[in-house]
Amino acid sequence: MFSEFLQYLFTGITIGATYALIALGFTLIYNASHVINFAQGEFLMIGGMATVSLTAMGVPMLLAIVLAVVLAGVLGVALQRLAIAPAKNADVVTLIIITIGASIFIRGLAQLVWGKEYHVMPNFSSEEPIQIFGAVLNTQSLWVLGVGAVLVAVLVYFFTRTLTGKAILATSMNKDAARLVGIRTQVVLMLAFMVSALLGSIAGIVVAPITFTSYDIGIILGLKGFVAAAIGGLGSGMGAVVGGLALGVVEAMAAGYLSSDYKDAVAFSMILVVLFFMPRGLFGAKIVERV
Amino acid sequence: MIARLSQFRLKGLVFLAIVVFALPLFISNPFHYGLATQIALIAGAVVGLNLLVGFAGQISLGHAGFFGLGAYFSAIMTSNYGWSAIPALFVGAVGVAIIAWVVGRPILRLKGHYLSMATLAVGFIIAIILNNERELTGGPDGMPVPSFDVFGWELSVFGQYSLFGMEISGDLAWYLFAGMVLLVAVWLAQNLIDSPIGRALRSVHGSEVAASVVGVNTAKYKSLVFVISAVYASVMGALYGHFHGFITPSVASFDFSILLITMVVLGGMGSTIGVIIGAVVLELLPQLLADFQEMEMVLFGLILMLTMIFMPKGLLPTAANLLAKRRSKSAGGDA
Repeated sequence: MFSEFLQYLFTGITIGATYALIALGFTLIYNASHVINFAQGEFLMIGGMATVSLTAMGVPMLLAIVLAVVLAGVLGVALQRLAIAPAKNADVVTLIIITIGASIFIRGLAQLVWGKEYHVMPNFSSEEPIQIFGAVLNTQSLWVLGVGAVLVAVLVYFFTRTLTGKAILATSMNKDAARLVGIRTQVVLMLAFMVSALLGSIAGIVVAPITFTSYDIGIILGLKGFVAAAIGGLGSGMGAVVGGLALGVVEAMAAGYLSSDYKDAVAFSMILVVLFFMPRGLFGAKIVERV
Repeated sequence: MIARLSQFRLKGLVFLAIVVFALPLFISNPFHYGLATQIALIAGAVVGLNLLVGFAGQISLGHAGFFGLGAYFSAIMTSNYGWSAIPALFVGAVGVAIIAWVVGRPILRLKGHYLSMATLAVGFIIAIILNNERELTGGPDGMPVPSFDVFGWELSVFGQYSLFGMEISGDLAWYLFAGMVLLVAVWLAQNLIDSPIGRALRSVHGSEVAASVVGVNTAKYKSLVFVISAVYASVMGALYGHFHGFITPSVASFDFSILLITMVVLGGMGSTIGVIIGAVVLELLPQLLADFQEMEMVLFGLILMLTMIFMPKGLLPTAANLLAKRRSKSAGGDA
């Protein structure tokens, strides 16, 4: 009984940590530019796929990871410079369609380069799982949780202690005021996309040994990240982490105790229930609309 | 100005009617008729979605859910319970209207991205149910749909019909029927836009707060247009199922929802003829790109991105603007 529960909890927290990282990426870009980036999931895909293919070419694992993350970062900057910046005055829906176009484009490229097959990545450390109270914990889960925790700590430090981080925060609060005090908001936007892409690709790499990877995993992962960000409240970093973990755990419990066919339906019902009672998510800021 | 506007609208409808009825002069093979029929039915759903997105300024990323519900309701009732297609279509539409009303009231309070998220969730839940209730829907493999019948008279792509003494094939008959359905859909939409409801919706689009201050019951009108656009999707979905003779849950998928809203935005939000052009372009594009095989996805994404970056208002409004500019230039006018 208990071991079963613990098992679902482990699964839930692991996948939840991934969702949290994706949601953080959404939050970053949303804060800086008020764009919901539907191509967010593609950064995860790029991270996982590039690492797998580079190691297959004989590049050492660590170097492959660094290269994959750099590739995703470049892609993030390119996305902002080439697709988002030129359309700065477009409607919300138009921007959504642009990022969807970008995600189809990136997915298409990945399919050209890496094909349509599923790729397997070995665990970072031992393939031997750990037993805790009768539940099995994959060692890779520890990697996901550890890397997730480190990234969150780094982000907190970045936004509260560094000038660049504060510049991003200032821009998200009021773009015009930020520009007036000498912050180069265009650079800040680029940075936000880059950091978001770095986060996404690292998440994609650490989770790849658990979920496998293929050119089209970005869609559903990206959507789940969006769900997590909305549950937590768009724009709230804390909300993204809580939303991600909550979503992961609820999904795993639903799959275990109810039906695995309906686990995604439970996730999407959850967002409806949360938004019904809290129209701005758990930690979303109250926004006053001016006429 | 209002008179000029409605005159323009009437021109749009006449123009559309000419295109619809002239098309058979230029195409003759069944594949092209099939494609044209499919485009007409999807365009009908897009015209309904445009009422919500283009006029009321609300977002739906789950509209394929309603399309799928309509398609499956009609399919299940006609094949398993022996209903005739017309009552199945109407009861399905009423059912979808009720669902849209119940779901719409709470979620339309949400704004912007939260609304996108909620509609996306509704669409996903519908698609998941259609995928998993295998006994009823056949699951991911889909289910066959009987042909469309009106009081015992059957419309099938394999049939032969005579119209005004002319022998016409089933493909052409279906195309003409779908074309007429589209014209009626456009006519109804244009009437709605020019009615007090349409004006209320546009005020909501402009500024919801301002609209409610001057006494527009914004919640009521938003729910109403959500229901209307869901009914459009449901009816077109039902016809789509009968036309194809087979449906799978992909008619309710997220991808299809995205395709529908992309047609609206690409063609030009708020322009009825524009969104139909959006539907035509996005249905034909994959046919044209199919020759590029592996490059298809890359090119599709690239074209979508570039069009939206350089024509954020959509194809038709951008083209109309260009024409107007050129005209004022050639007249030497100082605008």
